[in-house]
Amino acid sequence: MLRYVAGRLLQAVIAVFGVLTIVFVVMRFSGDPTLLLVPEGASQDYIDALRTQLGFDRPVIVQYLDYLRSLAHLDFGVSVVQRIPAIDIVAARIPHTVLLAAGALFVAIGIGVPVGVAMAVWRGGLMERLLAALVLTGQSMPTFLSGIFLILVFGVMLGWLPTSGADDFKALILPSIALGALSMSTFARMARISIVDELAKDYVRAGRARGLSLPGIVWRHVLRNAAIPLITIAALEIGNLLAGAVIVETVFAWPGIGQLAIQSIQSRDFLVVQVIVLLISFAYVITSLLADVAYAVIDPRIRLAR
Amino acid sequence: MSANTAISRRVRRPRARRVPLAIAVVALILVAIFVLAAAAPWIAPFDPTRQTLVMRLKPPGTMTAAGQIYLFGTDDLGRDLLSRVLFGAQISLAVATLSVLVSTLVGVTLGMIAAWSRGSVEVIVMRSVDIMLSIPAVLLAVLTVAVLGPGFFKLILVLGLTRWPRYTRVAFGQTLQIATLPYVKAAELAGAGTARILFRHVLPNIAGPLLVVATAEFGLMILFEAGLSFLGLGIQPPAPSWGSIMSVGRQYVERAWWIVTFPGGCLFLLVLSVNVLGDWLRDRLDPQARVR
Repeated sequence: MLRYVAGRLLQAVIAVFGVLTIVFVVMRFSGDPTLLLVPEGASQDYIDALRTQLGFDRPVIVQYLDYLRSLAHLDFGVSVVQRIPAIDIVAARIPHTVLLAAGALFVAIGIGVPVGVAMAVWRGGLMERLLAALVLTGQSMPTFLSGIFLILVFGVMLGWLPTSGADDFKALILPSIALGALSMSTFARMARISIVDELAKDYVRAGRARGLSLPGIVWRHVLRNAAIPLITIAALEIGNLLAGAVIVETVFAWPGIGQLAIQSIQSRDFLVVQVIVLLISFAYVITSLLADVAYAVIDPRIRLAR
Repeated sequence: MSANTAISRRVRRPRARRVPLAIAVVALILVAIFVLAAAAPWIAPFDPTRQTLVMRLKPPGTMTAAGQIYLFGTDDLGRDLLSRVLFGAQISLAVATLSVLVSTLVGVTLGMIAAWSRGSVEVIVMRSVDIMLSIPAVLLAVLTVAVLGPGFFKLILVLGLTRWPRYTRVAFGQTLQIATLPYVKAAELAGAGTARILFRHVLPNIAGPLLVVATAEFGLMILFEAGLSFLGLGIQPPAPSWGSIMSVGRQYVERAWWIVTFPGGCLFLLVLSVNVLGDWLRDRLDPQARVR
């Protein structure tokens, strides 16, 4: 067990390093990274001074090591626009994004899993076809489209729910649905597949032969066994939801880190953008690590497999 | 999987060769969208960038003084929405097609080489794949486009170069299997070079699963282009990308539902068709797919 966890941990560390390196490389795609960090219309003197101050005139490898060193000290740099540490600007927005991602995950699991179960249990029937259409819709509808349609129907036509901002709890409903729709389809598909797998097993037939009802077997036995793969999906989806927040928060003017990322790109505050990309990628790496470990704890076949 | 299902699947196989009605319908929709996009310069009723400010935000069906009709209505600058949606289809399909080509080329080549050479090449390539897949793709695309600045070809490069890992994974796994087959050994013994073996002998035999990946990615690329343009990072105005039209539509959603509805509906229809076709292809072509 320990060995499995250690191996998986090493993999996560490599992934984190890779993420750091990719972000470093991408930030230098434009040639001179100083130009990304100065406000529009800055004087040449200011640009030169900043370049020296930030060390962008030194060899790239030195810059890279320096970049790793400051990140290791949790120094994410100072926003050139607001002149306060970039991490503070981002941290102030994190609770909103976490709230939104939680809402979306609630929608995704709350709708996706029952839909998947229903599709598996009523396999081949009209019900499955109807639900399959729902799943396919969720999968093919980009978040900004479903977001705007939700605004159009529930905000504009019916006037039931607020369409922007984060003033009260009701404001969370529409963004959560828009963000959760795609994950809902993923959960439904995975739940269906793993329940169909379970239903074909002998213990289900044995239970039926002993006169247990199918809903009883599904509820008491099948769901528990089928839940294991869903844990991994849930963890991976958290990363996707955080990334998807970039678009949904822009549509709903939700003041989280996704909206901040786009605002910072517009105001050319790239250190803030860098912090957000790193944070979401780390969250992605960590959640998938936790999922794999949880998986191994629950199911010994995973950690013993070679 | 129990023995029961395995048998019933083999028995059912010949019937599966008939193309289901749903697939025929989505294929027809896709062909129609491609044809309409290609014919946009001839069939679009208006210049997609011509502004007529007196006609701004007119609902679908409004007539001009000259008797021309705005079938989809007009946008905030009085441009004909139907013409913009038609030309927008060109952008959407061009970006998706070209970026899928770029990522297929990069991903498949890397995957086949990694599987063929094994050793340190394999470790480096496949580790890079793991790392690339640990950054959410949307985020990487947003960051790269933001750094590079907007532009048609930059967008294609960014999408192409951030989305290769999936092809590499599939090409790698498939090539590993194919490389052990006698006919590959025979080609090697006959003196064929690595490039010839990989591209002439291996590639045609792994094309099925790769096509499945490419179809799924094609749908994703359409969504990415629209999403980035929606955020103002992709195709720039006045070029009529569906994403940028919809971002205007978001601002006017309370007064002009049509601006977001028509391009959004087309986008949805296109992606839905690609996804349905992709699922069907996966069931037919991918041996590892879970057919149920």
